Amino acid sequence: MDKPVVVIGAGPAGIRACETLAGFGVRPTLLDESQTWGGQIFRQQPGNFKRGFKDLYGFDAERAENLKQTFHKIREQIDYRPQSLVWNAEQNRIDILHKGKTEKLQWSKLIVASGATDRVFPFPGWTLPGVYGLGASQIALKYQACAIGSKVILAGTGPLLYLVAFQYASAGANVVAVLNTAPVSARMKALPKLFCLPGQLARGMYYVSWLKMRGVKMMDGIQIMRAKGETRIEGLVIKDASGKIHELECDALGFGYGLRSETQIADLVSCQFNFNPVQRAFLPAKDLSGKTTVDGVYLAGDGSGIMGVEAAELAGQRAALAVLTELGLCSSKDSGVVRQIQEIESRLQTISKFRAGLEEAFPCPENWIDQLQDDTVVCRCEEITYGDIKQTVLDCNVKEINRLKALSRSGMGRCQGRMCGHATAEILAHLTGQSLQEVGRLRCQPPVKPVPISVVADASLSQESA
Amino acid sequence: MSQPEPSSKRSKAGLFQRLKELDRPDVEFFINGDKYLAKLGDTVLTAILTNQTAVRKTEFSGQARAGFCLMGACQDCWVRLADGQPIRACSTMIEQGMQIVTNFAQGNNHG
Repeated sequence: MDKPVVVIGAGPAGIRACETLAGFGVRPTLLDESQTWGGQIFRQQPGNFKRGFKDLYGFDAERAENLKQTFHKIREQIDYRPQSLVWNAEQNRIDILHKGKTEKLQWSKLIVASGATDRVFPFPGWTLPGVYGLGASQIALKYQACAIGSKVILAGTGPLLYLVAFQYASAGANVVAVLNTAPVSARMKALPKLFCLPGQLARGMYYVSWLKMRGVKMMDGIQIMRAKGETRIEGLVIKDASGKIHELECDALGFGYGLRSETQIADLVSCQFNFNPVQRAFLPAKDLSGKTTVDGVYLAGDGSGIMGVEAAELAGQRAALAVLTELGLCSSKDSGVVRQIQEIESRLQTISKFRAGLEEAFPCPENWIDQLQDDTVVCRCEEITYGDIKQTVLDCNVKEINRLKALSRSGMGRCQGRMCGHATAEILAHLTGQSLQEVGRLRCQPPVKPVPISVVADASLSQESA
Repeated sequence: MSQPEPSSKRSKAGLFQRLKELDRPDVEFFINGDKYLAKLGDTVLTAILTNQTAVRKTEFSGQARAGFCLMGACQDCWVRLADGQPIRACSTMIEQGMQIVTNFAQGNNHG
């Protein structure tokens, strides 16, 4: 086979996919933007750091250790390429940036495990230094052994909120307050669904009670009004569940509302997308095996819908089995394979029920748009404000998200709408009285991330290699 | 060129607080020509933000920014090396003697 099976992303999904492929004698090419394996969840600290996995990953230490051992076991059986950014993708071919040079690579099958980022919505002051995503706050600690500040507020919603608060407080950071935008009642209502993974539920409850016992200020059903400060955040103004305004002093804020999938590569290879009302996002369509609407393209992990780490590992295995079947290297009639597939799919179903519970317990806030001022920046890259967007919608009678991007530049900057795209869509829906589905999906353009202009020029001039 | 400031003074001046892994060798580097200390294994972002409160100013309004996502997605932590090369601070490791420029001309930050 001259063209390799290519796996994008060396997180839990990508590594498990490679393990399964290697088990059947396939040598996949594993491309990863980072310097080390692990993805964001198991991001590896620099080599001269000494903390152990228990310290870094807590209850997930064993999972991390297993993944590490797997990675080292298959290391020689795969073509692992760290620091390799896939910045463009077409059907059968991708462009990779590695140490300032670009290379084209043709693939026979493609498994995309591109992961997720924090889902964030703007509020006045969110661009101030000291304001970070929740996942970002966690990375500061696990990758750099730092807290984002000396008086840290953690806010938003989602299971990450309490996990990061627990990790920060355990590591000796000063956590001023943990503020959940979801009401307690939402969690109570979701309990029956959350009970389908009792271990996961117990962890969450442990973090909350541990924080309470330590006397960390915890509030539910709050609303973020604005961050105060001139050149850095100095305080956070919130509204509590009863409508009372509070002003909390801090010098850092980590916030987020769950995660959002990184779907750019699936988009560039022309996968069909469907609107997912639970995740409030357009996601690439896939079947139970991860197979997309594009021949040979499979998806696994949080990059195609938020399901968490265990599901990512399973989906990586499942997608690899589908690839192997398509290549004729394993038979879907083989009883061992059939059993493995059944086990994976049944477990994924349980996890998906649990995820539905999490979405109920930690719902995406709905009233954040009310807090925006005309001068609140929505698009961080191009510094497009809420007022700019309102004016564009009014002046040009815009109803569709890509049209709004073209006319206002919101979502046109270097991040390609990663940070503001979903917020802009929600704002457009709000302003025009349409549903989120009706305003449409922000299309991705190459390069997926900034690359030197010389690289793009080289890529368009050079002959295909591989 | 100034001498590196003592670390006690620096932690108050910066945004990020070191919690663990303190026992690492120092690395000298420069921000806009002034000498600072980081630790081996720091990213450029950590190196700057344990000394200062911002890594760049935006092209349009000149607002201070200090990164946001820390995972290479938001593109809000680009700085330059003295030779003009743009680097993403959150995903580049600090090196001995590195010359970082954060006060380059506005509107010229697109690499």
